[in-house]
Amino acid sequence: MLVQIKGVKDGLLVTLGEGSWPDLRAALFQHIAEREAFFKGAKLTLDVGNQIIHAADMGSLRDQLSEMGVSLWAVLSNSPTTEQTAQMMGIGTRISTPRPERAIRTLDTNLTSGESAILVQRTLRSGFKISYQGHVIVMGDVNPGAEIIAGGNVMVWGRLRGVVHAGAEGNEKAVVCALDMEPTQLRIGSLIAVTPKKTGKHQPEIASVQNGQVVAESWNTRER
Amino acid sequence: MATVLTVTSGKGGVGKTTTSANLAVALALGGQKVVCIDGDIGLRNLDVVLGLENRIVYDLVDVVEGRCRLRQAMIRDKRLPELFLIPAAQTRDKSAVSPSDMVRLCDELRPEFDWIIIDSPAGIERGFRNAIAPADICLVVTNPEVSSVRDADRIIGLIEAEEKGPARLIINRLNPGLVKRGDMLTAEDILELLAIELIGIVPEDENVVISTNRGQPVALDGNKSRAGQAFQNIGRRLRGEKVPFLNLEEKQDFFSRLFRLNRSGGA
Repeated sequence: MLVQIKGVKDGLLVTLGEGSWPDLRAALFQHIAEREAFFKGAKLTLDVGNQIIHAADMGSLRDQLSEMGVSLWAVLSNSPTTEQTAQMMGIGTRISTPRPERAIRTLDTNLTSGESAILVQRTLRSGFKISYQGHVIVMGDVNPGAEIIAGGNVMVWGRLRGVVHAGAEGNEKAVVCALDMEPTQLRIGSLIAVTPKKTGKHQPEIASVQNGQVVAESWNTRER
Repeated sequence: MATVLTVTSGKGGVGKTTTSANLAVALALGGQKVVCIDGDIGLRNLDVVLGLENRIVYDLVDVVEGRCRLRQAMIRDKRLPELFLIPAAQTRDKSAVSPSDMVRLCDELRPEFDWIIIDSPAGIERGFRNAIAPADICLVVTNPEVSSVRDADRIIGLIEAEEKGPARLIINRLNPGLVKRGDMLTAEDILELLAIELIGIVPEDENVVISTNRGQPVALDGNKSRAGQAFQNIGRRLRGEKVPFLNLEEKQDFFSRLFRLNRSGGA
């Protein structure tokens, strides 16, 4: 069975089976075409499993669906690439009902759980959001309006001007560091800090929780 | 083959329509064959700015829905015979046209023109997606103010996500006096944040308001106004010429020049 449909709170949840993307895509469109009246005006959540879908594919999928009167509400996936693509295009990656369990291919590493990180090699523009359980490393700027939520530390090799939340699951030992630290809002664990308007020259800084307060200090002068 | 140029911004009121109209005029004055498409279905403006409102018979939606041929919806500008406009429908909304309709329409126009300029509506919804679907080049218009730059940043992100980038930037309504006093974002501030290629800076100019009301784009009068000159330069840069940016600080009105003469005379 390539296409399964289920009604959920957020509209229709369509789960695609295993197979090549062109086949699955064709099956999906055929499915919708056959039940045009049923799908018309529907909000669709698509569970694509392990498929890796790039921006061009996802864009054309969304456009074709919208021509059939179906709006692509969310894309669920086990692939971080697909999730990132969806987030970039403003398509949701989560629904309120829990997803049915499916086999996830786990990566073969001997790292402990506290050591995993994702590397984002681009500038995060307004409206872009990253949430990840481990550490987040960004090579590029984080512009105002962008958001990073990490279970662990956040490191920005660039200007940090958006909202950042390190240790989001309550870890107050988490730190945030950036080449130029000017976040709209900085959260560590359950603490929230707002950076004062900076004057003077920009320098690398590291922010951490000390005595129940978020403190930022220069990377160069801090004790090591 | 035509290049499809989409003018967009995210925020409303920053000058997308003014920019589209003036670039179209500037390119047409340079001997290029240009067609403008108004993507703002339901809130059309481009026809007014170009002064072609009273000649609309068919519009974009009529073409897409097959009520007329493409040729019939194209309005030829009387001042510039190489400039055409396909107006938007006023009585419908953005959902009347889909992104693939726009791609098809542009493919049909491409062989006959040098430039297809699409004036995008504000926002990031269907109208915006329609406008960028066929784009070869996206021009993002922003004003030197924080809210408009923030929206431009979002739009640039969306353009990159759709793999239509890299977008190019036009800074519109820069007031050199305010910048000098430190009361307005400078071009450098904006570029530092947005980090995309700058293709033009258009100074604030009251001639734009006057010309918009008359339906006579400033670029038509060539170098008589600062804004008109800036749009002309952008047109030339789009065609691959290297044109230096206007020196906006040099400008002095008659009285301050007189005042200065007086002072140097007295000293």
